[in-house]
Amino acid sequence: MNLRKIQQLLAAEILWGEEFLDSIAPSYACGSDLMSDVLAFTKEKTLLLTGLTNAQVIRTAEVIDLSGIIFVRGKRPPQEVIAMAKERNLPLLMTELPLYETCGVLYSAGLEGCSGLPSRRR
Amino acid sequence: MTTPGMVLHFSVEGGDFAAAGEAASKIKKALRKIGIDAGVIRRVAIAAYEAEMNIVLHARRGRLVLEVAEDKLQVIAEDEGPGIPDVNQAMQEGFSTASDLAREMGFGAGMGLPNMKKCSDTITIESVKDRGTKVVMGFDHR
Repeated sequence: MNLRKIQQLLAAEILWGEEFLDSIAPSYACGSDLMSDVLAFTKEKTLLLTGLTNAQVIRTAEVIDLSGIIFVRGKRPPQEVIAMAKERNLPLLMTELPLYETCGVLYSAGLEGCSGLPSRRR
Repeated sequence: MTTPGMVLHFSVEGGDFAAAGEAASKIKKALRKIGIDAGVIRRVAIAAYEAEMNIVLHARRGRLVLEVAEDKLQVIAEDEGPGIPDVNQAMQEGFSTASDLAREMGFGAGMGLPNMKKCSDTITIESVKDRGTKVVMGFDHR
């Protein structure tokens, strides 16, 4: 599932990175506001869903090569954070949905989590 | 071009959230340039970033040092700060003395040292109260 499809499922606003939406297809997603957990429990090619909008989110993405970031519950990062993402070619989306519902939509559509545990999806 | 045998130093200022993470990302880029395995780079980058955040969150100032040898590399995080009164306690997941500000940044949940231990092959922590802390993390890369 590429970021274009994800953006459509969530009716998300594209904050930056339109040109990457077709080519980037995350293998996993992780929903968290705690960057230490994101560092500890994610894998390669993970999409982050978060309500945190500060520079540390972009730094975290850079350190572990996240595929992109979706800001949830309509939280809009400040311009300097968007500028940091541009420098790193990191696509940013924003959805009005809260974290739980954003995760639910993407999980139901087939995007796996990072745990490696057997899927409970029906 | 960097080569094995290299040593790089990065200074880190306490409380400088705008720059927090710069040292870790420079370490990552340096390792990529010399062709270190991607999985090792990921572990080093996470451990270095947590160590850097610890300095920013808790210390007055400090530095990260990257040392690359033939089959091993080391990240040393050294700071001037309050020290860790009980290192065993600090190694437990969830134990934290961090401020609310740290939590707003997405850190300060007591995962820093446990993450550093998990990512590294060896770790030693020396700390002196009111003086500072030195963490030495070793990584095998061959």
